[in-house]
Amino acid sequence: MKTDTKEKVIEITNLRKSFGTQEVLKDFCLNLYDGENLVVLGKSGSGKSVLIKCIIGLLRADSGSIKVFDQDITTLSHKRMDEVRKKVGFLFQSGALYDSMTVKQNLEFPLRRVKSYLKQKEIDAKIEEVLENVGLLDALDKMPSQLSGGMIKRISLARTIVVDPKIILYDEPTTGLDPVTSDEISSLINEVQHKYNASSIIITHDIECARMTANRLIMLKDGKAYKEGTLSEFEESTDDIINFFFK
Amino acid sequence: MKINIPVSKAKEIAQHQTIRLSESAILSAVNMNNILADFADVILFVTNFVKETFSRKFEVREFLHQCFAIGYKSLSLVSVTGFIMGFVLTVQSRPQLSNFGAETMLPGMVAISLIREMGPVITALICAGKVASGMGAELGSMKVTEQIEAMEVSSTHPMRFLVVTRVLAATLMIPLLVLYADGLGIVGSWFGVNLKGDVSFVLFFSQAFKHIEFIDLLPAVIKTFFFGGVIGLVGCYKGYHAGRGTESVGKAANSAVVLASLLILIVDMIAVQITDMLVV
Repeated sequence: MKTDTKEKVIEITNLRKSFGTQEVLKDFCLNLYDGENLVVLGKSGSGKSVLIKCIIGLLRADSGSIKVFDQDITTLSHKRMDEVRKKVGFLFQSGALYDSMTVKQNLEFPLRRVKSYLKQKEIDAKIEEVLENVGLLDALDKMPSQLSGGMIKRISLARTIVVDPKIILYDEPTTGLDPVTSDEISSLINEVQHKYNASSIIITHDIECARMTANRLIMLKDGKAYKEGTLSEFEESTDDIINFFFK
Repeated sequence: MKINIPVSKAKEIAQHQTIRLSESAILSAVNMNNILADFADVILFVTNFVKETFSRKFEVREFLHQCFAIGYKSLSLVSVTGFIMGFVLTVQSRPQLSNFGAETMLPGMVAISLIREMGPVITALICAGKVASGMGAELGSMKVTEQIEAMEVSSTHPMRFLVVTRVLAATLMIPLLVLYADGLGIVGSWFGVNLKGDVSFVLFFSQAFKHIEFIDLLPAVIKTFFFGGVIGLVGCYKGYHAGRGTESVGKAANSAVVLASLLILIVDMIAVQITDMLVV
């Protein structure tokens, strides 16, 4: 995917984030372009999840700027941040479905807040549409405790896309799933990209998921962008650290 | 930020300081830091709660749901507790009053004891066990499973949706539960009296209410609003500040009950002192 002609939807410059004396992100820079899937690779504990939590404002950056649709979220008020969040979806590693609500209520919850102007009929139609997209229309009245790991990830993805986000942040979408379900989730990520024309940052250390979904990759090491490039550039790399992931 | 520092680490720090400090001095400093961090957390939590309580967007549906969960779902427990309170108080007091030939005072004595002190405190303690632990465990598990963060990214303020609704519901429901328990306590007392006698329901009630004045009821009801507030705030605070592991959910529920119960007794002591000063 050609990126130089595309519009930047996220622009991160010199991002720093520490926890106590541990510096997790050190002058990290990243651009996400309109309509692309950017995979961020890295070892466990390398700061991948911290990065996307900074982008959505769940963690506050120590310094640097994070521009989402040209708005620096590090300086935004709570109210303005809420407006930005309406355009950004987040798929949690654990799914994070509300366990006291049914699948339908889980999907209705963000929809009622982000698109409060919708009528009940429109809400129901939207919920059915996204559940059909993830292939789980029959799970409408189930509780999260009645769902398998793969189903939780799918419903969680449905909850993310139900508000039509322009950007989707995936936190380890295939972790803890068997290879078949992982492939299904990776395919769903691609379908969502095409159907909703969303830009995505996919945090993962699952190489198969990266192979299936990435338009571009960034390797995160020691809090910095160690290497950036296309899938073929990564696969042809002679760098030991990158080879260790791709062998 | 809270610091957890093992003794071996404290030793290491002590050895590498230019100004040498003893291990105990460093550990004391760390403990003091943690106490101050906890205190700051509480202040911040209460400030946020007050701020969100008076915000324009109030979560009415969730508030009503919590009123139902706290009020209606505690009815059976409070019914049994209230009835037994009145029954036991009557059966235990009767022999003493008989010795002085003051059995006719029994309904009034039981009613005053129940309304002024036993009803509010025991019902609040029972609710602390049920409601505060429930809130601690629920919010704690939501924190552990990232549900609170999921709410935040859905442009929902967790403090407004989860905490304000629960605390206000507890503040409103506990006084109602206490009044209900008081009523059932008096019914329990009538049953207690009738174990060894034959007193009509109407006579018993007229005797009981003859001794109760408005000044008995008002302070007792006012303090129950504070009990409700304490139960809600402590339960939510403990759950909201639970750690990351599943173990912390149990700890949050447990410490919510202990702290809420302790604070109820402290608030009661203060309320009794204030009432005493005002009435005299």
